[in-house]
Amino acid sequence: MTQKKKKTRPPASRQLRKALTGIQGLDEITGGGLPSGRPTLVSGGAGSGKTMFGLEFLVRGATQFHEPGVFMSFEETIPDLTKNAASLGFDLGRLVADKKLFLDHVHISRSEIEETGEYDLDGLFIRIADAVQRVGARRVVLDTIEALFGELPNPGILRAEIRRLFGWLKDKGLTTVITAERDRPDKLTRHGIEEFVSDCVIVLDHRIREEISTRRLRVVKYRGSTHGTNEYPFLIDEHGISVLPISSLGLDHPAPTERVSTGIVRLDGMLGGKGFLRGSSILVSGTSGTGKTSVAAHIVDAACRRGERCLYFAFEESPRQILRNMRSIGIDLEPWVRKGLLEFQAARPSYGGIEEHLLLTHKYVSAFRPAIVVVDPVTNLASFSTEHEARSMLTRLVDYMKTLGITAVFTSLTAGSDAVESTEADVSTLMDLCIRLKSIAIGGERNRALSVLKARGMAHSNQIREFVLTNDGIRMLDVYLGPEGVLTGSARMSQEGREKAAGTFRRQQLEGRGRELDRKRQIFEARMTMLRAEFEMEEEVIQRNISESKSSDAEMRLDRGQMGRSREADTSDYKKNGRARAARKR
Amino acid sequence: MATTKITAKTTAKTRARPRKPKPPVPKAWKLRLYVAGQTPKSARAFANLTVLCEKHLKGAYRIEVIDLLEHPEMARGNQIIAIPTLEIKLPHQVQKIIGDLSNTDRVLVGLALQPVE
Repeated sequence: MTQKKKKTRPPASRQLRKALTGIQGLDEITGGGLPSGRPTLVSGGAGSGKTMFGLEFLVRGATQFHEPGVFMSFEETIPDLTKNAASLGFDLGRLVADKKLFLDHVHISRSEIEETGEYDLDGLFIRIADAVQRVGARRVVLDTIEALFGELPNPGILRAEIRRLFGWLKDKGLTTVITAERDRPDKLTRHGIEEFVSDCVIVLDHRIREEISTRRLRVVKYRGSTHGTNEYPFLIDEHGISVLPISSLGLDHPAPTERVSTGIVRLDGMLGGKGFLRGSSILVSGTSGTGKTSVAAHIVDAACRRGERCLYFAFEESPRQILRNMRSIGIDLEPWVRKGLLEFQAARPSYGGIEEHLLLTHKYVSAFRPAIVVVDPVTNLASFSTEHEARSMLTRLVDYMKTLGITAVFTSLTAGSDAVESTEADVSTLMDLCIRLKSIAIGGERNRALSVLKARGMAHSNQIREFVLTNDGIRMLDVYLGPEGVLTGSARMSQEGREKAAGTFRRQQLEGRGRELDRKRQIFEARMTMLRAEFEMEEEVIQRNISESKSSDAEMRLDRGQMGRSREADTSDYKKNGRARAARKR
Repeated sequence: MATTKITAKTTAKTRARPRKPKPPVPKAWKLRLYVAGQTPKSARAFANLTVLCEKHLKGAYRIEVIDLLEHPEMARGNQIIAIPTLEIKLPHQVQKIIGDLSNTDRVLVGLALQPVE
């Protein structure tokens, strides 16, 4: 028991206490909400969203922070208000029934009012006090109290009374939002009631540029607290207001090292064989018709196969069209849609300003919590804004996804001219992985080629690959790299054919030469045989001649001797020396 | 016939002067004065109103004083924000007169009455 008593309470903070608004993004800008127990002035032109701001402030307070609220409407009737709030997804009727909210419509018309002397606004005080007491309210919205100036006489009294009212609300410790019409840019409110609100002033703005409207919010003043001073775009849609705070101020995203497949085997191969890093941002850029969507669809398909959730922002095609077109290359995404793993969000980029798109993206992403987000194509958004805006939006988007560890796939259409390539390069500095698709025109046809322009934090191939859209998805082929440069498609095939033919020819030529040599050898050998035969023949003849001539010589000598003997005619020297001897020999 | 005349002159700015057959319309004027506690302003308003009614309505009136501190819901139901407010129920509309009723002429305009003299 004593321990319970001892329960240390944090020392009363010297800092200003703040009341969370629950409005997306606003609490970040203001560092925790509006000043608690004090009035805040929300000023803006007609249609800038003041009433919605007030309503959401109360509804969030009642539903999320257990702070019931009172809405004093000086303009709209309660049925109108309820209807308008329903468009933001707020069920005022239920909150009122649950005693979490009290709506009061202050209606007075000048024609019914006659002023006959001094008056005060005690009636209004009593009404507010009663309403606050009925629901135990901690928050009050006065929308738009300046309307009283149009209906009650004697503005002097009215001003004093309004000042007294603000003081009274502050004394009661009610966190109050006072809306005011801003009709001139040099003044915050029409009747200068900002003098009475010294704590916090927020200005809402609704401007149109190039036919596209953008809402912006700025915290002009916040006494006793630091706050973001920029103009922040905001959006009102079926989930209320979302203010887009600047991108995360620091660069402290987590850096996962897990690698996931792109769904294209050879593309994984080009990325060191393991695919892309989870949580990275991927840019698939290329001219029209190069297959950007197909690459994205592969990545989506692969992710869904792994059971991951994917969110696909289609700014060019309707979801059905994408499903049909991807089916034609053998990627059936429909089962994933049915399983709830894949969700499409399709909208024309001209539907809203770039901030609106960004906010919508945030909204859908935070609602769906996907592992992969595809923005197809991101360039369409840029076409409705300046380059600077587009870049800042992309930075925010990339940052946002990174903090959540979501892999972002952006397709980007490039026109192919140099100027565009430089923009693309601008964008690509934000990206971790840039896949460049190219259409190569050679030999009267266009073929697709893919290369990895950059891949942070992983080894990647520097090669250009041809990729072909088949009935079973993307197939990647080596391109022909030869003396004539990079060839793809038919040119590659015909070049390969030509090479083959040339090879055959050369081989045939070689074979032919070999055969010729053989033949020559045969001829040579034949000639050799012939020559030898001739020679032998001649030799024989000659030998024969020689031997013949020898024998005939001998015979001749013999004959002569015989003849001499027979003749006995002469016994000369000749006889003595030679023939006689020869004869003798014989 | 009388009714048409009344409705025709409901707007506060009417400058039409002579209105003798006023009394026939409401048999008795129902007047309601909203106050918030006993403030000097409220007391002044009540005093002014009593004098004025005695002078112009001669008994054909009834004043009801409502303290909104005791009946805050009536402020809402009757769209009262300024104090004091005098509410006059006319057959076709409710006229409100705010302030301490020190400007008698304007009260009479609001009451759709003009000083006889």
